[in-house]
Parts: sequence; structure tokens; C-alpha cells
Amino acid sequence: MFDLSFNTTQQSTLFDTTDRWDLLIIGGGPAGLNAALYAQRKGLKVGLIAKDIGGQLHNTTDVDNYLGFQRLEGKTLSNQFLNHVKALDVPIKSDVFVTQITPQKALFSLQLSNGKTLFSKTIIIATGSKPRKLNIPGEETFSNRGVSYCTTCDAPFFKDKHVIVSGGGNSAAEAVLDLSYWAKHITVVHRSRWRADKLLLDKISNLPNVTIHLETQIINVDGDEMMRGVHVLDKNTQSTRFIHAEGLFIEIGTIPMSDLVTGFVQLNANHEIVVDAMQMSSIPGLFAAGDVSHQPFKQIIIAAAEGAKAALAVTQYINQKTKESY
Amino acid sequence: MAKLFNDDVRTQITEILAQTKNPIQLVLFTKEGVCPTCQETQQLLEEVCETNEKLTLSVKSIETDKALADTYGVTMTPSFVILDSKGVYKGVKFNGIPAGHEINSLISALLEMSGLTIHYQEQVLNRINSIEKPINIKVFVTLSCPHCAGAVQNAHRLAMLNPNIEAEMIEAQTFQELSTKHNVSGVPKIVINDQHELVGNQPIEAFLEKIERI
Repeated sequence: MFDLSFNTTQQSTLFDTTDRWDLLIIGGGPAGLNAALYAQRKGLKVGLIAKDIGGQLHNTTDVDNYLGFQRLEGKTLSNQFLNHVKALDVPIKSDVFVTQITPQKALFSLQLSNGKTLFSKTIIIATGSKPRKLNIPGEETFSNRGVSYCTTCDAPFFKDKHVIVSGGGNSAAEAVLDLSYWAKHITVVHRSRWRADKLLLDKISNLPNVTIHLETQIINVDGDEMMRGVHVLDKNTQSTRFIHAEGLFIEIGTIPMSDLVTGFVQLNANHEIVVDAMQMSSIPGLFAAGDVSHQPFKQIIIAAAEGAKAALAVTQYINQKTKESY
Repeated sequence: MAKLFNDDVRTQITEILAQTKNPIQLVLFTKEGVCPTCQETQQLLEEVCETNEKLTLSVKSIETDKALADTYGVTMTPSFVILDSKGVYKGVKFNGIPAGHEINSLISALLEMSGLTIHYQEQVLNRINSIEKPINIKVFVTLSCPHCAGAVQNAHRLAMLNPNIEAEMIEAQTFQELSTKHNVSGVPKIVINDQHELVGNQPIEAFLEKIERI
């Protein structure tokens, strides 16, 4: 009933007394938190800067594929991650965000939104990703007038209504399951085939109020004051038709939040940060972990594991540099 | 009656609220008869106040204490305001129960109303101070929304920092009529002076840009 994630304490942290760090981690999702845990245990002077602790875990109702935890709520897992990190007294700064990173000779400088500058030998970018949009006419106009990107937030508004879920991955399948408690009917519209886990699809096939249109593309969102429905193209028959619906939940994946390093770090075509086996980017000393890195599978356990890898690699990198007289 | 807070949550809230600086008062308005969540809201606030002696709760009736309700602009139930250490209403109001993720915006409002410093850049503080028009900010939320408490927190901070600004959380499911009136189908939805809209958990600068254009 209570989702306590209060993180603003007046206790001073290392952020108040120093501007020189071994490692600064940007991002508070599973990758960033696990990197902080590993780096702190290694004895690095590490700090974590994150506006949103928990990251996308907060948008997930149930997590059922994190080894060791069965049927855990996303926010519960995120709170457990945070409590673990806090128990090790990792300094966390959540009232600012990083506006710019500049590689200097032996250090990186980080400009903060409060005007301050921090310096660090290494950086781990764990900024994650944000919901991908369909980029079709009407999507923006009816955003929050029927179009939603957060099922856990907005499902209650669609009690006894007809809603469409766009997407074919696990997030879309989970949205269908979440919405099934509220909506009268759910229509899934996806441009290709299902990519979701069989376990989730089996659950959906048991629901009485779900219709599925695969190989079908949403062309636009229509309505007046509020959304009334979507025009779709059946890719097999090349015919278009209108589906009446009061809501459209868009769950078609995410786009990486790599803006901070765009221009000086190598990104792939999807704007993900290209990293090597040590999670290091094209800039020595700058590492990336989690959904923002170019690894193909966006999973909590993979993000957390990449965070651990990055922190260990940072430790090795700093030791090496020290030997070469930092 | 069964407690709303389990031991774990109560311990955490007690620890956080130990930072409460000056004594402050919460004034809750309820109604006899049909009032969804009135009882739960009262119980929640009682349990919160039990964790720290600097917090006191006063429960009023929107009917028999109408004059007082009018003073705070309270028109719905359950609704409560948080007064500062001098008993002054600074425009911080909650309509509906702040359970779920909203427990965080409640704790934040209590601590900051008690005198904890609100850390904004000087430039932002100057912009907030220069707002001279009367501003009302409604933040519509659902209790399952992880991004909403941040929006409520920003709105309440604006109210605390400028006497011309009033900010209220509105729990959308309890106040469906008002939510429908403002076409709320996604949260957080921020409505300024009943006509200017912002969607999502916006940074304080986005609130200011919108307000400055009114």
C-alpha cells in the first residue's frame, strides 16, 4: 500500500566535501546501483548521481525472471537494490543532474545542473533508456488524452474501456496482463510477430477479453477532445481500417539515453554506446553499462551484471593507470 | 483497527521524519456519510503524526467547520492542508489519500514545511520569487504512478516559496469528476489556473516557463 522511496536526506555526503572522485556513476537503475555496490566494496572513492533511483524498474509491475526472486514487484526489487547500496554508505546525489561531460587530460569534468563542477578519473554511464514512440500522426496530440507510455500509472483511467496495446515484446505482454484487470477489452496491434516469453503469452491466451492483430501497423491516432481510436494497416491484405478505442498503450521498446556523450563517444546506429568486453567505450576511462550500452538484450539481470563488470573494470583501469604514475 | 503501516514502513518513516525541524500542524477535512477514503486518510495521517511529536493533526468537518474550510479553499473531502510552524497556510494541500507512491510527496512536504531547506539554484529561486500573479497548481496523480510524487513535490515547493502560489495534489480516482473535467487520462497531469497544462514529471524550470507565460 505504501511505496516508500524517499531519498532526500539532509545528511551530508562526500558530495558536500569533495569534487575529486575515482569514479562517478550516472544513473540509478540496476546497472548504476550494482556498479556502485561493486566499486564501494573495492574501496574506490565512488559517488552515484541519479535523479530517478530505480530507473525503469518502477514501470514494471512484476519481475519474474530475476534469478532467486519469484514474482517480485519491480519497485520492491528496486528498493532492495537501493537499500543494499545505502547499507554500504555509497554517496548518492539525486537533486541534480549532469548537464555535460568533458574529457580532460587525466580526468573527466562533469557539469551539474546546480552550476557545480565535479572531476573524476573514470565515469560509468548507466543512464538507461526511455520509452520509444511510434512517431505517427496524432500520437503527440493525444498523449495523455488516451495515448500512454506507463501502464502502471494510467491503467486505472481505462476501467471498463476498450484499449489498444502496441508492441510485441515482454513489456507489451505485461501491459496486456496489467490492463486485463481494468479494461473491458484489449486489442493488441503489432507490426510483426510476438517476441514475448511463451510463459507470458500462455497467460494472455487464457484471458477472455483480448484480441490480437499481428502483422498490423498503426497508421495514426484519431479523436477530438480525447482519442477515439486508431487507423491500422493489415500488412498481409494491405487493407486499412479503424479500430475504436479510448486508450493506446505504446510498449514498443526503448531508446537509449546517450545524449550526454553524443559527439565524442562512439555510438551504434541505435545511439547505444559501443563498449568492449570490459564495458569501456571508445574513450579510455569512460565506461557504459545497462540499457544504454550496445548489448542486445535489455534485461534487469543483464543491466545489473554489466554494472558489476564495469565497476571491476574501472578498478583494474585505475590500478593500471596508477602503476603508470597517474 | 489494523494499522496501515507495517513495522518496516513505520520504522523507515520514523527515521526519515526524525529530520522534522519545527512543530507543524496538519488540518484534515472530512465529511459525515459517503466519503470514500476519508477514514483511511485520517488513519494514515494519525499514524504519520504518531511517528514524531512535532507533527499534530486536527480533524475538521467540511460542513460544520465551513468557515475554516473556506479559509484554506477546501471544497472536497478528504482534503488536508499543512500549516507552517506559525500556523500559516502556505498553499500546500492534498486532496485524497497520499498512499502508494504519494507517501513520498507527503513526507517531503512535511519535512520542508517544518523548515528543512529547499535546495534550488539561486537563479531558480529568483524566478520563483518574482511570480506576482495568483497561481493555482493542480497535480493529478494515481497511487501506482512512480513519477507523480516528484511532480507533486515540485508544485508544493513552489507554493512554500511564494505566497502567491497554491499547489494541490489530486488523487484522480477519488475525484473522478474533476479528473474528467480536466481530461485526465494519464498522470502526472499538471493543470495551472485551471487551463494551462503540463504532462509528466517536469523539472521545476518547466513549471516556471509555463507560469511566467500566464
